[in-house]
Amino acid sequence: MASIDFTNVTAEFPIYNANGRSLKKRLMQVATGGTLSADDRGHVVVRALEGLSFSLKDGERVGLLGHNGAGKSTLLRLLSGVFVPTSGVAEIHGEVGSLIDISLGIDHEATGRENIYYRAALLGIKKSEIEKRFEEIVEFSELGDFIDMPIRTYSSGMHLRLAFSVSTIISPEILLMDEWLAVGDENFKHKAQERMTDILNSTKILVVATHSRELVLNTCNRAIWLEHGKIRMDGDPESVSAAYFGF
Amino acid sequence: MTNSLISNALIDIASATKRFQLVGMLGWQDVRQRYRRSSLGAFWLTVSMGVMIASIGLVFGQIFNTPMQEYLPFLAIGIVLWGFMSSIVSEGCVAFTSAEAIIKQLNIPLFVHVLRCFWRNTIVLGHNIVIVPIVFLIVGKSLTLSMLLVVPGFLLLAINMLWISLVLGVLSTRFRDITQIIINATQVIFYLTPIMWAPSLLPARHAAYLLSFNPVYHLLEISRGPLLGNVPSSQSWIFAAVMAVIGWAVAVIVFNRYMRRIPYWL
Repeated sequence: MASIDFTNVTAEFPIYNANGRSLKKRLMQVATGGTLSADDRGHVVVRALEGLSFSLKDGERVGLLGHNGAGKSTLLRLLSGVFVPTSGVAEIHGEVGSLIDISLGIDHEATGRENIYYRAALLGIKKSEIEKRFEEIVEFSELGDFIDMPIRTYSSGMHLRLAFSVSTIISPEILLMDEWLAVGDENFKHKAQERMTDILNSTKILVVATHSRELVLNTCNRAIWLEHGKIRMDGDPESVSAAYFGF
Repeated sequence: MTNSLISNALIDIASATKRFQLVGMLGWQDVRQRYRRSSLGAFWLTVSMGVMIASIGLVFGQIFNTPMQEYLPFLAIGIVLWGFMSSIVSEGCVAFTSAEAIIKQLNIPLFVHVLRCFWRNTIVLGHNIVIVPIVFLIVGKSLTLSMLLVVPGFLLLAINMLWISLVLGVLSTRFRDITQIIINATQVIFYLTPIMWAPSLLPARHAAYLLSFNPVYHLLEISRGPLLGNVPSSQSWIFAAVMAVIGWAVAVIVFNRYMRRIPYWL
């Protein structure tokens, strides 16, 4: 059982190096990056999310829609637990895994082999576990002998294939994504697609931030449209994408 | 109430220590990354520190008119340990800010980043400590059993360095100027603390200020003393132990209070 319960969740970022005085006059301006305001001590505050309430249950595949700066990334970070709401309650039950920025922690001077261990350690996968699955990862990445070469010698495609192969060995209960992962050439893309479907089938809740209408319609069974840090619309993919994309 | 005052911090610290594989790996990666493609690797640090010790030793040994056999081991141990302490302090200030990408993306215990900084510098210390036996060989210093006291001494030093870097890490994520202040302060402390100069050179009435009230002196002394074959005074042991207890209490309270703000401050 995995579940996510957000009650009146707000996330505010204090910006200490901006001048609050000049902003006070124009208090509560709405900008693309969230609501700008100043707190009682004159610090500029960006309110990235405001008063979000929703709950997600097993089996839900949620597409997050919204323009740049609407708060999608912040919401994903709250869901992954790296941010704790400034106010409100975010209850998350279940193991969370993320396929956002799969290249995080890749060391360009290190070999592919070393990077598999780095990346896996960051994802919280035990060393013994990764040793067991090492061959599988290398085979999936199709890197062959390049696995013992420094990453800087890789093409960008090889780089992504490696990152994808390691990052997707997880099978979390709650999966977070920023756009669909599509890497590599036609052949690899097909394999990657299969791998992604496998993960999706074993995961209980999916939350994916996207600008793609197809993704929302084909993969999701619920869509949430964020605008200026608030939920503009929450419902089935068809009606939300019709309202958001205008068709 | 007391529970909520420290519980989150303790959970974070406990789960960070469970991720020792990650800490170990990141620490080694940091050291490797700095010296990748160089043939001497991290031993470049050892070389440069060795050269520094030799030159300070030659000049100040003459100025202070101390026999090399006494001065050189004292200086070498002092500088090696000081290098460890000062870089933990200055790198501890940026423990969180330099891990911004990870902190904002993955839900990893925050104390991992403090441990990473500590471990990285312990590895470097492991390289630099090589200088000490070499110096002992050169000056013909014999080993004694009391040198084993360095083990509890170093542990106590390590415990203190950890809380110091935790507190500094939290504070300087919020107030970025603290890093600069600390870097300045470490330079001053280097001269105020008996590292280049022996405590015995100090007139007695000044000794009180620069020794008794100097935490760095006590922390240094409990590791340096044993290695030089002296037993550090109980004053130093007590000072370091009390500092560890009070320091950790403060650190846990500060960390508990602000840990959730750290990702927002980055």
